[in-house]
Parts: sequence; C-alpha cells; structure tokens
Amino acid sequence: MILLLMPVIQIILFGFALSTEVKNTEVAVLAPTNDDATSRIIDKINASAYFDVVAKIHTTAEIQPIFRDAKAKLVIVFEDHFAERLRKTGKAHIQLIADATDPNAATSFTFYASNIIASYQQELAGSVVNPYQIIPEVKMLYNPQMIGAFNFVPGVLGMIMLLICAMMTSIAIVREKEMGTMEILLVSPMKPIYIILSKITPYFVLSCVNFATIMLLSVFVLKVPVAGSFISLVIVSLLYIFLSLSLGLLVSTMTDSQQAAMLISGMGLMLPVMLLSGMIFPVENMPVALQWLSDIVPAKWYISAVKSIMIKGLGITSVLKEVAILSFMSIVMIGISLKKFKIRLE
Amino acid sequence: MIKYLLKKEFKQILRNHFLPKMIFIFPFMVLMVFPWAASYEIKNLNLSVIDNDHSTYSQQLIQKIISSNYFKLTDVSPNYNKALKSIESNQSDIIFEIPSDFEKNIVNRQGGKVMISANAVNGMKGGIGMTYLNSIVMDFNAGIIQELMPAAQISGTTPTIEISTQYRFNPHLNYRVFMVPALMVMILTLLCGFLPAISIVFEKERGTMEQINVSPVPKSTFILAKLIPFWIIGCIVISIGFLIAWAVYGLIPAGHFSTIYLFAAIYILTVSGLGIVISNYASTLQQAMFIVFFFMMLFIMLSGLYTPIDSMPEWAKWIAAFNPLKHFMVVMRSVYLKGSNPLQLMNDLLALIGFAVFFNTWAVISYKKKN
Repeated sequence: MILLLMPVIQIILFGFALSTEVKNTEVAVLAPTNDDATSRIIDKINASAYFDVVAKIHTTAEIQPIFRDAKAKLVIVFEDHFAERLRKTGKAHIQLIADATDPNAATSFTFYASNIIASYQQELAGSVVNPYQIIPEVKMLYNPQMIGAFNFVPGVLGMIMLLICAMMTSIAIVREKEMGTMEILLVSPMKPIYIILSKITPYFVLSCVNFATIMLLSVFVLKVPVAGSFISLVIVSLLYIFLSLSLGLLVSTMTDSQQAAMLISGMGLMLPVMLLSGMIFPVENMPVALQWLSDIVPAKWYISAVKSIMIKGLGITSVLKEVAILSFMSIVMIGISLKKFKIRLE
Repeated sequence: MIKYLLKKEFKQILRNHFLPKMIFIFPFMVLMVFPWAASYEIKNLNLSVIDNDHSTYSQQLIQKIISSNYFKLTDVSPNYNKALKSIESNQSDIIFEIPSDFEKNIVNRQGGKVMISANAVNGMKGGIGMTYLNSIVMDFNAGIIQELMPAAQISGTTPTIEISTQYRFNPHLNYRVFMVPALMVMILTLLCGFLPAISIVFEKERGTMEQINVSPVPKSTFILAKLIPFWIIGCIVISIGFLIAWAVYGLIPAGHFSTIYLFAAIYILTVSGLGIVISNYASTLQQAMFIVFFFMMLFIMLSGLYTPIDSMPEWAKWIAAFNPLKHFMVVMRSVYLKGSNPLQLMNDLLALIGFAVFFNTWAVISYKKKN
C-alpha cells in the first residue's frame, strides 16, 4: 500500500513545490529623501512579480537587523536627494545590498532589481532609441516558461524508482537468511539464478505500476509533456527498474542482517542519488573527481536519458550511450550477486 | 532503572558491528564529499558560438564573453541547427548567435541584435547563463556607445543611475559556505531519524520486546532510555561536523557554538521522537524503513536545503512551517553566516520545542505494552 502511495505523494509535492524561481523576494527600502523618482522606482519594484516591498527604513543601522531577522533579502539604498541629483547632475546612485546567504538567489534577484532600475532609466530617456543599442533576443529552449517541474520530474522519477526498488529487494534475500528459510531454498534443486530472478519478478511488476502512476501524474497533473517517443521512455525505464532491483539484490547478498541491508540501501543510496545524479545540482559544475564518481551512479544516466526523451523530445538513438551503460551496469550487478550468492549452509 | 536500560541500549549499539562504524564514517563521508558536489555555483557554462558576421566587433564581443570566466567555448558552429545538435548532445548549454551585418548595422546607427538560446531544462541554470551573457553584452554595448556617440550627446540627454551591489554575509558568493551547515543538519536528521526508527521494531522482530513488556519498566522510562543514546550520538556527530567544517572548509560560526548546541539538542529529540513513533506503529523493519524514508524525503526536499522556501507555492510553505528540518536549517545557516542569537531565532526555537514535546509525548502514548 505505502509502496504505491509514496511515489504519488512525492511526485506531486515535489513537482509543485520544488522550484528555484525567484519570486516575491522581500525588499526593504532606504530612501532618505522621498521624491517622485524614488517612489516611482519603488512602485516599479513592488509591482514586479519578483519583489514585495515589505519595509521602509530610515537609517543604515537598520539594515543589519533586517537581514538578521530575515525580514528582507534585499535592501535598496537610494542616495539622499535622489531625484534632484538625477535632474541636476544627470547622475544618481543606488546601492543594492543583498543577503547572500544563498548565493544564487542573491545573484538572480540583484540582477532583476538592476534590470527594473535600468528600465526606469530608459523611461526617463524617453522614447528616443539609442541608435547603437544592441538588443539581445533571448530564447529559452525546451522550457520557455522555465518551469521547475521540467527539471525535477525526471530527477524525482530517477530517485524514487531507484530507492524504492533497491530498498524492496535489498531485504529480500537477507530476510530469508535471518528467518532461516534460506536453508530450504538452498537444499532445493533450484539454481541460484532462478531464485534471484523469482525474487525480482514481483517487485518488478510493482515498480512498473509505480512508474505508470508517476508518468500519469506528471503528464496530467504536473503538465510535463512527453515530448519524445513514449515507447523509448518505457524501454529505458524498464531497464532502469531492472537495474535498481539488481542493485538491491546485490546489497542483499552482501549483507547479513536486514538492518544493515536497509541502512545501506536507504541511507547509503539516498544522498549520492540526490547529490550526484544531476537531479538537483548540475554534474558539470562539480570537481572532476566527483564527476567521475557520479558516473557510477545509475540515476545520473537514467535522468539524463529521461530529460533527453521527455523534455528535449529526442529519439532513442540519442540516448544509446545511456542505455548501453545502464545495461552494462545491470549485467555487472546481477553477475556479482550470483557470484556472491552463497549456496553453502553456514 | 534507567541506568540499566541505558547500559543495555549502549551495549546494543556498540556491540553491533555495523552501527558504530556508520556513526563515524557517515558524517566524514558526507562532509568531505558532498559540499563539492552540492554546488549551484554556475560557472564554466559551455558555450556554442555562431558568428555570422566575422567582424572586429563580433570577435571582440566573443573574446569578451570567453574571458569572463563564466563561459567556456566548446563549440563553434556555422549555423543554428548545428549548434542545436551540440545542445541536444549536452556538449553546450547556451547558444550565442551573432547575425551577419552585426557591425555594419551598429555603425550605420540601426542598432544591433544578438540571439541567445539557452537550454532551459534546468530553468535555474539556463536563467543564470542568460543573465550573465546579457550583462556582458550590455557591458560591451556601453563601450561601443562611448566609442561611437559624439561626446556632447552623452551628457545631458540621458540621466544615468549608477547601481552598485554589495553582498552581505557571503561576499564571495561561495556556495559551500551555504551548504556545509545545511549538510550537517542532514547528517543529524538521517542518523537520528533512521536509527531510532528501527530500534523498537528491531526488538519486536527479535522478540526481545516481550521481555521489556513483562518487566516493570514504565513506558516513559523505556522511551527515554531509547532516546538518550541517540541524543548523545547526535551531539558527538555535530561536534565532528564542526571540526570538519573548520578543518576542511575553514568555516567557523559567526554566532555562538552554544546557540547551535542548544538548538541541536532540541532538534535531535524531535527527530528521534518521530523515529520512535514510527517504530511503535510499524510491525516490520521494512515497514518502518519505508515510512521513515518517506518522511525524510519530504522533510529534506521541503526544507529549503536545495530550493529556497520563498520560491514555493503558498501551500508548500505551510507544509514547510510544520517541518522541523526547515526550522533547524534556518537556524544553522543564520548562526553560521549571520551570527544570530537565540532571541532572534525565537520563532524557530518555539517551533522546535513544540515539535519535540509533541513527538515524544506521542512516542510514549503510542508505545503499548500489550500485544
């Protein structure tokens, strides 16, 4: 029950809640002289979706407490007699002080704020278009509205499938060992490969159901389209499920208690999958040693394949490399599990 | 009585051949490796350039972009379709196209145009790349305007607003400073959440629970005896965390250690309490692990560790308000970076105390001696 419900709740929650967009950032304003220019800029900032002006302060001493109490993330400091200076000397100064605890958010919102101020300046300049102006035309490929779900759905898919599959199977064999029923299996004429395959099959079916629900939810609830061929997505996913189950089995044959098996497959896999799979943090930005390490995380390859097929809408031919690596990994894992599978009684 | 129970708990943990190793190795591994991985710091974006103009200006502009540190030129394509191929195969992240007659149009006072196409599958990365590229073009443009426009025209016509930016608390915009305290919270959560969750259910499966149930041990004493070891483990783990943060990353909290210990003490009780509640209800190890796993994922994802709480929709913020991990994360980051004291973090303190009381009372109530 919980196995089927869990992915549903997770994909919905994360699909909607995870986003790195900057919006409604709280802003405090320090304007020593209240004039038409400052109030116009403040209005413009307040009107944008990125910012909410929450406080007006009067001295620079108030800036630090505002950041400390997390009342605002950005303080906009105007020069005194701002409008007057702007009119008379043609130059005025604004300082943006950002709470850079979260460096990326800080970069983005200071950029947005500067843009808004620049647009005010344009307004002042009037309709005269600068003849030397270079206008950048920007196109956001694949995800023009920059919806967070486009990035997170493949990631969450890769993580949930891997963890649930591995956790399910990892205790399968250990449990029999602990319960003592392993002996019965071992004295039977069954070959290890059959035992292992029959262990995988029920979980495989269950995981396919999980995969189907996640796909339905992401397409119909989260509105993440499957841009590429659905068949190739299914093929890659089935391969990935098989791989995850074999990974669980591998853990299972290597440990001797359910507790250890669970901790390894649950805790041990969770962090690497979250951090090294490219699900949240782009792998390309990592130090080379970690990039190399991330190559052995199966989720990385799967997520990259899903992104190519689902979001970019490419065909199976463009993910051949990923498919090859995933198949190779599953063969290796099944192979090791078979090798490690002890047919002797202890 | 509690003395003997504690003795039993500690022996159970220390004589397990797996747990003590895990308790020490896990924080090391996470703190040594993951801060390097958990970086949103976006630099060295792979750039694909299409230069249809081949003029001095276009060369200068491209040169300027490459020397900016943010971009790495990985592909030069003759046309857009070729460039798109390089994005499809993940060789580049962003395409910068300069149309033909770029220089001519500018010199002839008709304005120039450039095309930026970013791979926005990861909206954040695409957005930031676009931002950087945009500001470089602006900068370049300002230079050209200076060069071409008659001096008289510059002054007088357009009033300029100078903008300067100051980044507080993390002036170098270093992502690790942001992540290390948060990862310490993660370690604490995972260790002190997963381990208690299996502790009671483990005894149930082993059958040793029955012995406790027939003994005269009061319910609350038993729960307390389960909690205290994890509490001590948690304190050790966080101290290891401090040490690594200082030795490897040179990070020292701007605030007081005592503030962190105070919050950590309450926080550990909260997560361990939750773990024990789950352990009480679950009948098998597998069940317990799945439920804990589910909660951990929720807590971690909705904690602001990866994605800012501010960007979440309103309802998700409400859920986050009931997430102990979120409160502790805020505390750790504020104390480490901003040097906040408990008074400034009163809300989080009260929330955490509330959670701790709630979960632990629930743990005592839900523990039933009858089968």
